[in-house]
Amino acid sequence: MAAETPAAPETGAHGLPNGGGRRDGVWLAVLWVILSVICCLIVYFVWGPHLPPGDASSSAASQQFDIKVLGVIATPVVVGVLLYFGWALTFWRQKAGDETDAPPIHGNPKLAATWITVTGATVLCLAAFGTYELIVPAGAGAGEGPQPIWKPAGTVTASDTSWAPGGKNILQVQVIGQQWAWTYRYPQFGGFETTQLELPVNEPVQFNVTSLDVIHSFWVYQLGVKADANPGVNNVAYTTPTSTGSITVRCDELCGIWHGAMYDYGKVVTASQFMTWAHSTETQLASVTKLLPTYALTYDPTTIANLGKVNTELGLTGAGGGYYNPADPEQP
Amino acid sequence: MSLPARVTTLVIAFLAVVAGGIFVSLHFIGAQPPTENYTPYASGGEVNVTMMTTAQSTVGQKPDWVTYFIQNPATKQWVHTTYFAVPENTTVNMTILGYDGCTPLRNPVWGRVTGTAGSVENVSYFNGKTYSAPVNISTFNTYANCSVQHTFSIPGLGVSVPIASVTTLQENNNLCGTSPCDTANGDANSPHTVVKFSFKTPNGSGNYTWQCFIPCGLGYVDGNGGPMATLGYMMGQLEVQA
Amino acid sequence: MTDVIVSQPIQTKPPRPWWLQPGWHTALIGAIAGYALGHWLGNFIGSGYQQVATSDDNDFAIVLGYCFLVLGWLIGLGVFTDLFRQMLGRPINGQNGHRNGGLAKYFQYTLDHKVVGIQYLVGMLVYFFTGGLFAIAIRTELLSPTYHVLSATGYLEVVGEHGTMMMMMTSVVVGPFGNYIVPLMIGSKRVAFPRLEALSFWLTPCAYVILLSAILFGGFPTGWTGYAPLSIQGGEGMDAYAFAFGLMGISIIAAGFNMVCTVICYRAPGMRWSRLPMFVWSMLTTGFLLVLAAPVLVGGMYMILTDRTAQTAFFVNQLGGSSYLYEDLFWFFGHPEVYILALPGFGIVSEILPVFTRKPLFGYKVGAAGMFGVAVLSFFVWQHHLFDSGLDPDMRPLFMLTTELISIPTGFIYLVAMGTLWKAKIRLKTPMLFALGMYINFLFGGITGVFLSDVPADTTAHGSFFVMAHFHYTIMGGLIFAFFGGVYYWLPKLMGVTLNERLGKINFWAMFITFNSTFMPLFAVGMAGQPRRVFEYAANLQTLNDWVSISAFALGGSLLIFIFNFVMSTVVWRERAPQNPWQARGLEWQLPSPPPAENFEHIPVILSGPYEYGDPTALPVADLHPPAGVIGGALAGTASGEPATGVEA
Repeated sequence: MAAETPAAPETGAHGLPNGGGRRDGVWLAVLWVILSVICCLIVYFVWGPHLPPGDASSSAASQQFDIKVLGVIATPVVVGVLLYFGWALTFWRQKAGDETDAPPIHGNPKLAATWITVTGATVLCLAAFGTYELIVPAGAGAGEGPQPIWKPAGTVTASDTSWAPGGKNILQVQVIGQQWAWTYRYPQFGGFETTQLELPVNEPVQFNVTSLDVIHSFWVYQLGVKADANPGVNNVAYTTPTSTGSITVRCDELCGIWHGAMYDYGKVVTASQFMTWAHSTETQLASVTKLLPTYALTYDPTTIANLGKVNTELGLTGAGGGYYNPADPEQP
Repeated sequence: MSLPARVTTLVIAFLAVVAGGIFVSLHFIGAQPPTENYTPYASGGEVNVTMMTTAQSTVGQKPDWVTYFIQNPATKQWVHTTYFAVPENTTVNMTILGYDGCTPLRNPVWGRVTGTAGSVENVSYFNGKTYSAPVNISTFNTYANCSVQHTFSIPGLGVSVPIASVTTLQENNNLCGTSPCDTANGDANSPHTVVKFSFKTPNGSGNYTWQCFIPCGLGYVDGNGGPMATLGYMMGQLEVQA
Repeated sequence: MTDVIVSQPIQTKPPRPWWLQPGWHTALIGAIAGYALGHWLGNFIGSGYQQVATSDDNDFAIVLGYCFLVLGWLIGLGVFTDLFRQMLGRPINGQNGHRNGGLAKYFQYTLDHKVVGIQYLVGMLVYFFTGGLFAIAIRTELLSPTYHVLSATGYLEVVGEHGTMMMMMTSVVVGPFGNYIVPLMIGSKRVAFPRLEALSFWLTPCAYVILLSAILFGGFPTGWTGYAPLSIQGGEGMDAYAFAFGLMGISIIAAGFNMVCTVICYRAPGMRWSRLPMFVWSMLTTGFLLVLAAPVLVGGMYMILTDRTAQTAFFVNQLGGSSYLYEDLFWFFGHPEVYILALPGFGIVSEILPVFTRKPLFGYKVGAAGMFGVAVLSFFVWQHHLFDSGLDPDMRPLFMLTTELISIPTGFIYLVAMGTLWKAKIRLKTPMLFALGMYINFLFGGITGVFLSDVPADTTAHGSFFVMAHFHYTIMGGLIFAFFGGVYYWLPKLMGVTLNERLGKINFWAMFITFNSTFMPLFAVGMAGQPRRVFEYAANLQTLNDWVSISAFALGGSLLIFIFNFVMSTVVWRERAPQNPWQARGLEWQLPSPPPAENFEHIPVILSGPYEYGDPTALPVADLHPPAGVIGGALAGTASGEPATGVEA
C-alpha cells in the first residue's frame, strides 16, 4: 500500500529495472546499434538510388532524397522495436508451471523523459528538414495553388507569349483535366492545345493545372509532379526535367467512372527537338487554336463565347450539363 | 401464443422479408436491357451493326434522357438497349443514325476519330429532304463548330468515334419528338446524320464497356451524370463472343 | 447465455399482444411505410422543380424516403414510446425497456448496456464482413491490369461500398466493448444515457441498409471520401452514401456523448483518474473525438444532400461555392476519424498487455497522456490530406510539423508497451498474440505515416496505393487486430463462453501472415506509381498485384476461421467460461461471467489500480461488498467521492 502514492505512482520503490536487466539492456543496445548501422547503410547506399520516383527531374530527385533520408531515420525505429519484441518473446516468456507474477515495475521517469526528448528532437529535426526540402526545390513538385510562393531559382515569368531555351523565362504548360482526359496548352507557342505532353530537358517548367469539371490530380510519376486539378482554380507546380525519355501521366484523384483509364504518356526531349515539335504543332493546329477560347488560367465551361446562343436558347453548355438553370444568378 | 409458435411466426416473417428484399434487389439489379446478338448474322469475317441516337427515350422511365437504340438484326426493329454481341476477330461495320442535336465541347480530345479502319468515319448529313454526299472525317472541331452530338467509344479497344451532328441550333436538340426515330413514329425523315465506320474485334471472348464521352447528361453537374453513367442509355456493353 | 433477470414493467393495463409490442418486426413495418410516405412526399415536392424535370432524377424522393424510413424504423422500435408516455403523464416502461429474457431482447430497443454491447458486437461484425466481401471483389478485379471482371462503374461501386462500409464501422470498439465493459470497469450499474446508447445502435442497421441500397441505384462513383463536385454529379446512389454516412455520424455522436458522460460521472468511489483502466482512457478520448469531429461530417453530408436536392451550390465553383470547402470539412472530420479508429486499439492492447505479461503497465501516466496528445493533435493536421490540392502553400510547413508531432504521443504507446514487456513473464495466449500483432502492424503503419507527412515524399506517395497500404496497416492491422484481441479477451465475460484457444492461435497466425503478405507489397505498388481506385494499372505491376490478390483471398479465409470459431464456440460447444480465465485484476473480471443484470450487487469501492501485478503489498482492486453506510447510497455517480479516500486511508 505504501508502495504507491497517488501523487506519483510511477516513482515507487520498484520504479527502476532490477540489476538483472542491465545485461539485457546492454545486449539490446549493442545489437540495435550494429543492426541499425548495417540496415541504414543498405537503405541509403544500396536501395536508395533505386527508390522511387527516380531522379529524372529536380523535384523527383528531391523526393527521392527525402524518401531516402526518411528511410534512414525510420530504419533504426523499425529495427529497434522488432528487435525488442523479438528479444522479449525469446527470453521473457513464462516458464512452464510458473504462475507467479513478474517484477512490478511501474515506470521509469528518467527513461520516459529521455524517450520524449529523443522522439521530440527527432520530430523537430524532421519537420525542419521537410520544410527546407519543400522550399528549396521550389515546392518539391507539389501543386502550390494560384499564388505559388516557392519558385525555381533564377527564373522569371517574363513573357506569356514567347519562350526560347536557355533564357530565364520559364516555360509554361497548362494542364486541363476533363472527365476523362488530359489536354495540354502551350501559351508561349500561340496557345495551341494538344493531347501530347512534350517537355524540353533541363529547362524549368511551370505547370498551370486546372479542371473543367470535377477534381482530378495531375501526376507525372517520373517527374515527381503532383497537383490537383480543381475546377475554376489554377494550381501551379514547378519542376525541371533532367533526363530525356518517356513519362507517364495519371489521374490521381477519383474523378468518376473512367478514372482508372485516365492516363497518357508524354516525353521529355532535347530543347531543340522540343522547339521543332512546338513550332510545327503550333502551325499545324493554328486553325483550331484560333477558335479556342483565349488562353486563361481557368475556364468556365458553361460560357462559350461564339456559341452563346446555345447557352441561352437551349440551356446547353460546353460541359455544364445545365444543372443550374442559365437564368439562375451566376453570382450569389 | 406459445413460444415455439411465436418463434416460428417470427422466423417465417423474417424469411419472407428477406425473400422480398432479395426479390426487389434482383428485380432492380436484374432489370438489364436485352442483348442484341449479331453473331449469327456475321459472314465473311464481317458483321453489320446499326444503332441510333435520340435526344430522349420516351419508351423508358426516363423520358428526358438521351439514349442509344440498337436495331434488332432479325426484325429490324429498334430496341432500347445498349448491349450487343459480335463474334471475335471480325470487322464490325457500324452505322449510327444520329438524331440528336449538337453538344458544344470544350475538350478537343473527343473530336478525334481513333481505332477505326483508316482512323476515319464516313458521314452523310440529311437535312430533312436530301442526303449530302458522304465525306470521310478524322477530326471535328467540337468546340467552335458544335459539330458532334455524342461519341461511340470503347476504351478497352481504343475505339473512339464522335457522332457527327447536323448543326441545327434553331431546331433545338430535339430533332425528332418521340423515340425511336423511325417510320412508325413518323420521325424517320427528321434531320439526322448517317455515320459509318468499322473496327476489328479482338481474338477471344470478353466484355467491353462502351460509352459516350461527350458530357450530354442534361440536368447533371458538368453533364456527366444520369444517362452518361447508366447502362442502357449512353453507356453499353459490347460482348465479343469466341 | 443465461437469462438476465428482467425488471417487470409497471403496467396499469394488461399488456398488448406480443405482436403489437415494439420490436424489430414493427420497426420493419415502420421503415417500409416511412420510405413509401417519404418517397411520395418527395415526388410531390420535386415534381415542380425544373431540374428534376430535365434530369429525370428526383433526389428529393430518395432523401425524404430515407428520412421517413429512419423515423418509421425508430417509431416501430418504440424509441419514442416512453417519451410520449411521459408527456402524457403515464408510467414509463421498466428500467431496461425490454420485456423479454432470452434471445428476444437482442432484437429489441433496450436500455441494458450489456444487451446493447452484444447487439453492437454482432452488428459491427456484420459490417466488417460485408465490407470484407467487397474487398475480395476489388482484389478480384485487380488480378489483371486490363481484363475486367467488373465494369468500370461496377468497380467504383464496389470500391465505394467497401470504403464507406468500413469507415462507417467507426464504433467497432466503442459500441461492443465501450458500452459493455466500461461500466463494469468503472464500477457502475449503468451508463449515463442508455437511451442515447440504444439509439446509437439502432441507427446502424438503418445506415447499413441505406448504404447497400446505393447498389440498387447504380452505386456511387466517389469512393468513401465523396469529393464534391463529383458527388453532386453522381446518380441517386450518391444520396444513399451521403445519407447513410451522415446517419452514422449522428449515431457516433450519440455514442460518444454517452461514453464521455459515463466515464466522467459514473465512476465508483475510489475510481480516481489515476486508477482508470487504459481502456477507459481510450474510450474517453475517443468519445471526445466522436463528439467534436462527427458533427462536421454530418454537416458536410447534409450540404451534399442540399446541393443535390435544393441546388444550394455549396461546392459548385461556377456559383460561388468551393470544392475546397468540402475537402476541408471532410478531412476536418476525416483525420480525427482515423484516430477514433486508432485510439480504441491502443486502449485494448494496453489492457491486454499487463494481464499477459504479469506486470504493471509501464508508465501509466505516459500512456494516458499519449492518448490525450493524439486526440488533441488530431484536430490540427487535416490539411496533410490536401498537400497537393492547391490550398495556400504557406500552411504546409505548419501542417507538416503538427502531423509529425503526432508521432511523439504515439511513441508513448510504444514506450508503455516496451516497458511493460521488460523482464516480463509473457503468457502467449490468443489475446496477447493479437495485441503483439497490433503493435508490430501499427509500427509499419505509423512509420509510413511519417513519409506521408513530409511534403516532398508525400508528393510521390499521395493518392497512391502507398497511402492505401498505410491506412490499412493502421486500421486493419491496428484496430481490427486489437478488436479481435479484445473479442478473444473479453468474450468469456460478454457471453460467458470461451472461444477455442487452439483455433484462436491458428486464426491469429493465419491472419497475421496473410495480412502482412497482402499489404506489405502494396507499399511498393504505390511507390511504383499505381494510384488508388483504378481498375487499370501498369502491366509490370501485375506480379505484385496478383500476389496481393491471392494473399487477400487467403486473408479472407483466415477470417472464416474466426467466424467458424466464433459461431461454434458461442452456439455449439459453449464451453463455460470461468469468472476470471486470465487471472486478471481488472474490475470487470471480479464479476461472474456474464455479469448479472445490475452488474454490481452494491456499488463497489475501488481500492487500488487495475495493473498491480507482482506487487504483494497491493490491495485487491475493489471491495465489492463495502460496509453499509460507506457510500451512503446505492447509486453510483450521485455518491460524492470523498468517503472513498477515507476508506483507502
